[in-house]
Amino acid sequence: MRIEKCYFCSASVYPGHGITFVRNDSKIFRFCRSKCHKNFKMKRAPRKMRWTKAFRRAAGKEMTIDKSLEFEKRRNIPVRYDRELMATTLKAMKRIQEIRAKREDAFYKNRMATSKEFKKEHDLREVQTGIELVGAYTEEAKDAMVAVKNKVAQKQQLVAAAGGHRAAARAKEAAAGADNTMEED
Amino acid sequence: MSLYNFKKIQVVPSANDFLDIILSKTQRKTPTVVHPNYKISRIRQFYMRKVKFAQDAFEEKFASLLEDFPKVDSIHPFYADLINILYDKDHYKLALGQLNTARHLISSVAKDYVRLLKFADSLFRCKRLKVAALGRMGTIVKRQKDSLAYLEQVRQHLARLPSIDPNTRTLIICGYPNVGKSSFMNKVTRADVDVQPYAFTTKSLFVGHMDYKYLRWQVIDTPGILDHPLEDRNTIEMQSITALAHLRACVMFFIDLSEQCGYSIEDQINLFNSIKPLFANKPTVLVTSKIDSARLEDLSEDNQALVRDILSDSNVEMCQLSSHTEEGVMETRNRACDRLLSTRVEAKMKGQKINDVLNRLHLAQPEKRGDMERLPCIPAAVATRVKYDSNDPKRRRLERDVEEENGGAGVHSVDLHKHYLLRSDDWKYDAIPEIMNGKNVADFVDPQIEEQLEMLEREEERLVKEGFYESDEDEDGDSDSANGMEPTDNARIRRMARKIRDRKALMNVERRLRRSRSSAPMPQKVARRLATGDQLREHLEGLGIDEAISSATARSRSRRPVKRTRSPSRAESMARRDETSVAARAQSVVVARSETGVKNPVQLKQSERLRNVAQRPRNLNGRVGDADRSIISAKPRHLFAGKRKMGKTDRR
Repeated sequence: MRIEKCYFCSASVYPGHGITFVRNDSKIFRFCRSKCHKNFKMKRAPRKMRWTKAFRRAAGKEMTIDKSLEFEKRRNIPVRYDRELMATTLKAMKRIQEIRAKREDAFYKNRMATSKEFKKEHDLREVQTGIELVGAYTEEAKDAMVAVKNKVAQKQQLVAAAGGHRAAARAKEAAAGADNTMEED
Repeated sequence: MSLYNFKKIQVVPSANDFLDIILSKTQRKTPTVVHPNYKISRIRQFYMRKVKFAQDAFEEKFASLLEDFPKVDSIHPFYADLINILYDKDHYKLALGQLNTARHLISSVAKDYVRLLKFADSLFRCKRLKVAALGRMGTIVKRQKDSLAYLEQVRQHLARLPSIDPNTRTLIICGYPNVGKSSFMNKVTRADVDVQPYAFTTKSLFVGHMDYKYLRWQVIDTPGILDHPLEDRNTIEMQSITALAHLRACVMFFIDLSEQCGYSIEDQINLFNSIKPLFANKPTVLVTSKIDSARLEDLSEDNQALVRDILSDSNVEMCQLSSHTEEGVMETRNRACDRLLSTRVEAKMKGQKINDVLNRLHLAQPEKRGDMERLPCIPAAVATRVKYDSNDPKRRRLERDVEEENGGAGVHSVDLHKHYLLRSDDWKYDAIPEIMNGKNVADFVDPQIEEQLEMLEREEERLVKEGFYESDEDEDGDSDSANGMEPTDNARIRRMARKIRDRKALMNVERRLRRSRSSAPMPQKVARRLATGDQLREHLEGLGIDEAISSATARSRSRRPVKRTRSPSRAESMARRDETSVAARAQSVVVARSETGVKNPVQLKQSERLRNVAQRPRNLNGRVGDADRSIISAKPRHLFAGKRKMGKTDRR
């Protein structure tokens, strides 16, 4: 008895569930539910369906390279039963699962980090344009408007600083160019 | 399969049939229409073609016949001799020769007439020439009537000859008539030869096949031979002689010691001696049959001496058998086969080709290495093992005994765990976990798991130390306001943005609801007029605008605007109109169809009653009304118009 993986979506297929297809070259395909089976019959590639594990892995949405993932695999080497080894294995399984969950969490956060700035920007624009919808005269709204003003000012400063740098750089370049032309003359 | 199979010779037609075949073929396969007004060259060509075609057809037919029949000189001498005996070689050759001549004659006739046709000057002449050509060809064929008939008979007989392969392993059974040759044949092979208690039951050669030592053997049953000079032998006997003379086989000479066949032992021995030259270089077995009636030992001294005299020759061996009791049948067969095999092998060894074969053979034999004695290794447990004896009370206990003790088959289930080879015997009956927390335990089992896990733990420690898991978020998250601290700008903006988004979503839902209603939408103008101050106030309060502003608008709506008037009388009339018709006529009034032209409520009631009365019969009948006219399916015209020959009104 073992828990198989769905060929299409890589979900767990428990004993007595799903459907199995054996192709005439004796390759076995297991499906967790009729959705996966139907998609297979339609000759769809699991990598191209956004809802499958294969897609998520290929698209970098899941942690794929990690030491904690290397413990679980079919080894195809028969190991003689050993009570102590079994005990350590069970203990290890729990610990590995903990570490894996932790790392997957970190992976997710890391992946999401880039979108944070974008979200802030988006919120700012939302407040600037749509404050009237919720009433611009409440205390809360007034506070928010003040905050928006601060933010905008900050940004302008930043832009100015960057622009200043760029302007300075441009001026320097122009001067150098002038020198060059003079030399050429 | 066999090289000599005469079954495929095609039928030889009689002379008349031959002619019919060719002429009809010519008629069928050449053009048939020709007119006198055609160009003469075309007419000539038309008839030349016919003559040439007929000649070709004859040629082809003769060629195939000549090719099909075996050529006496080029086939195996056994078959050549057989053909000689059965059909007379001279006659056979003559018939084939005549056919060949006929073929040449026909081709020369055709050549002549084609030449003549070149000079014919009209359709008529051409036609006569063609007729003459075909007529002469026909005459030539008809002259071959006898040889064609003879060849047809030969063909039929040849097709029924047994297909004997002259080169394979063969046993030939021969002897006086009625000595039990065919009985032996029936016993040994799958053949079904007729056995009767009179002489010359078997009138021709018969072939049977059998398997011995995984080889296919051919057994030839010959007709009986009588002891007289070769010239006096009839066709039936000659077939046996031919087989004996030409086939390199094991000869089994049958002798009936009981003399039930009607010939004395002496006669039979004499026959053996007279045809002995035919047995030269062939393994020969002297088979004494019918030993259920008489054995060699039962014979008189003289007869025994006769038989033994034959056996003194080293090449002859004796076997005894009885087809009746089947005693010695198989032994005889095996002896004969073995002898033949050994002679064949010997012959091959003497031949030229044997060197080629020997070069390819290599027999490897182990050589002794050093002085060490390499005895077979028998484990002590095996060497000292006592042989199992079910009656011995101290016998070994088998699984079967265990089964019997525990209720027998069907009740006892075999203990498979017992023989597990584990480090500790206590573990044999452990329940081995297969699944834990949705994972296969077997996928994790690895003798090195402890070290691996140790490495993972160390990596984990390093990562924690490096601050891999510390997140830099929440410095401006939602939680800070809940902590009682002053919310940051970011938090404020985020909260407000969320509120705006919620509001937008709500508005979307409302709009969708408004769109999806079934009644007619209220015009904005009317809606505005009907809007109450309360609604407005509610809306403004939602927006955070205070009461003062909202009450101001309410007041302006409650007061009628002060208008300048031209004159009091006009103002008065205006005021009156305002109160009645103008107010009522703020928009065009739509009146229901049933109410137009109706002056008062009484009339309205009356019209309603009339309408209902008019509707009543229809309602009573429950039929479809006028308004219910419908075309259920628009059929194309051809389906319901015109004569219906095939199909129906709904599909044609």
